[in-house]
Amino acid sequence: MRPETLIPKIGVVTDIRVDTPDVKTFRVVGLDGKKVFEHIPGQCAMLSVPGVGEGMFSITSSPTNEAFMEFSIKKCGCLTSWLHMMDVGQQITIRGPYGNGFPVESALKGKDLLFIAGGIGLAPLRSVINYVRDKKENYGSVHIIYGSRSADDLVDYQEILNEWQTDENVKVDLTIDRPQEGWDGHVGFIPSFVEELKPDLSRTVLICGPPIMIKFTLDGLKKMGFQESQVYTTMELRMKCAIGKCGRCNIGNKYVCKDGPVFRFDELSTLPNEY
Amino acid sequence: MKKISLTKLDEFFAAVAASQNLYLPVDGAKGAEYSLWTEGTVMSKAYNTLRSAKDFFFPQVETLAAFKVNGKNIEVEDVRKETEDFVVFGVRACDAKSFEILDSVYLADPVDSYYASRREHGVIMTLSCKKPTETCFCKAFGIDAANPGGDVSCWMTDSELLLQATTEKGEALLASLSILEEADDNAADSEKEKLQTILDKLPLGNLSTESFGGDKLMALFNSDKWEALSESCLACGTCTFVCPTCQCYDIRDYDTGHGVQRFRCWDSCMYSDFTLCAHGNTRNTQMQRFRQRFMHKLVYYPANNNGVFGCVGCGRCLRSCPISMNIVKVMKALEG
Repeated sequence: MRPETLIPKIGVVTDIRVDTPDVKTFRVVGLDGKKVFEHIPGQCAMLSVPGVGEGMFSITSSPTNEAFMEFSIKKCGCLTSWLHMMDVGQQITIRGPYGNGFPVESALKGKDLLFIAGGIGLAPLRSVINYVRDKKENYGSVHIIYGSRSADDLVDYQEILNEWQTDENVKVDLTIDRPQEGWDGHVGFIPSFVEELKPDLSRTVLICGPPIMIKFTLDGLKKMGFQESQVYTTMELRMKCAIGKCGRCNIGNKYVCKDGPVFRFDELSTLPNEY
Repeated sequence: MKKISLTKLDEFFAAVAASQNLYLPVDGAKGAEYSLWTEGTVMSKAYNTLRSAKDFFFPQVETLAAFKVNGKNIEVEDVRKETEDFVVFGVRACDAKSFEILDSVYLADPVDSYYASRREHGVIMTLSCKKPTETCFCKAFGIDAANPGGDVSCWMTDSELLLQATTEKGEALLASLSILEEADDNAADSEKEKLQTILDKLPLGNLSTESFGGDKLMALFNSDKWEALSESCLACGTCTFVCPTCQCYDIRDYDTGHGVQRFRCWDSCMYSDFTLCAHGNTRNTQMQRFRQRFMHKLVYYPANNNGVFGCVGCGRCLRSCPISMNIVKVMKALEG
């Protein structure tokens, strides 16, 4: 029998971190205690609970983490609600890696980078951020602009405070949508915050978040003078096969699962706006 | 080229079926459908089957894997079995071409092993059309119904069945059938000519594909014709069901009570939940979903496959659509 990617492997959940009221980060290894497979930042995996469903999730840990993979998952549907009810030790199924990932070894190499994330949109970018931090000799400086509905909804907050903000190569700017007691940082939506911060035009931008945030942030970036060809995003559509065959994530002649999920905006602008 | 007298047709089928399952079109209550040949089975003379032949390689439902869940533990079971050899006889040129389109999807890396196993073990014996009908338009997509393709191409004259192997698999099958006699290489020529004169007179014979292809993506996507064309679409999915090239699928789990079966089944981009995510839907209206199906066949697929269209002109959707909307009407409206 030839290998079949649709038949998954077993993953074991070895740690569950509560990030926000509706986001948990799951640590997953194989039955042998090792990583189930290697990936590049921005790639995804299909996770499933047999009998409940299967879904595509970005791998939020960096490939430089040799011990395990992590998935930050927001509770919003049937499968994710089930995942949120899991205890440590639970087995799930996992297959991958899928998708193209960010061009960390080509187009991004040597560049100053600007990450813009909204809410759970930090999950796929965290993989790149930690990869770039671990291989800082290959990249320029890192600027991260991250916002969420409230301070309680900032994913990876402890990592941001303890590891990213203390990294001399990294500048982090945080914002929340509405004022909140105990928060003395910036308040306001991400698109206007980005415009206020006037990021360096030479930076290559990686952006991920709710579609409406991406739309207005991109408009602002273009107004500031950024080119579409220097801005990358990563997309999320419904998927079943994850290998460009089931037809669900088809946009124009592209399949988000295999041609994406990472696209440059000049590529996206040649496609129908069905995402 | 080989031949056999039509009086010995049953013996020929028996010889093929001696070592493997043989399927051919048989008349049923509503029309012809592929059936397993057994002694006494009479082959249909219909111009084509109601359903396409895609089921042989891409069945409507199949189990992909099974799981045993025990507390926190899961066991994955590979339920795949090697397909047994089989022969499909009487496939028309349009349906034979549809296999190439399915191949380009399912045999592309990573290969779909379920599909590939069936393709490897199935031998396609095509049969040149005798009486193509007014809903046929394979010619528009460059298909030559007089040279139907497959592993073995067959023609039926008034007295003989002529057989020409076109692949190694086909050669091997014909070589194993001692009942066949040698025939002249041009024995099918008059049959081809007869068919050609019928094809030339078909009402949809001159349908043009010039306005379509990968290079017209955004112009066709943004056409103002889609609203009116899709207005009465019921989203029943019948067109997808009968289409030989529609290959989208769903994967779902079924808890049998003593294990979970993960199965794949046909799906349709015409359905509202096809793209439904927990966070919303990327194609909210029936117009968008209708547009997706035709754009995929006429624009997106050719964009990725050197201009080959994702339609073979079999005409099943013309005959099946309850509101009489179909790809020919769409093409004519968009080009005008």
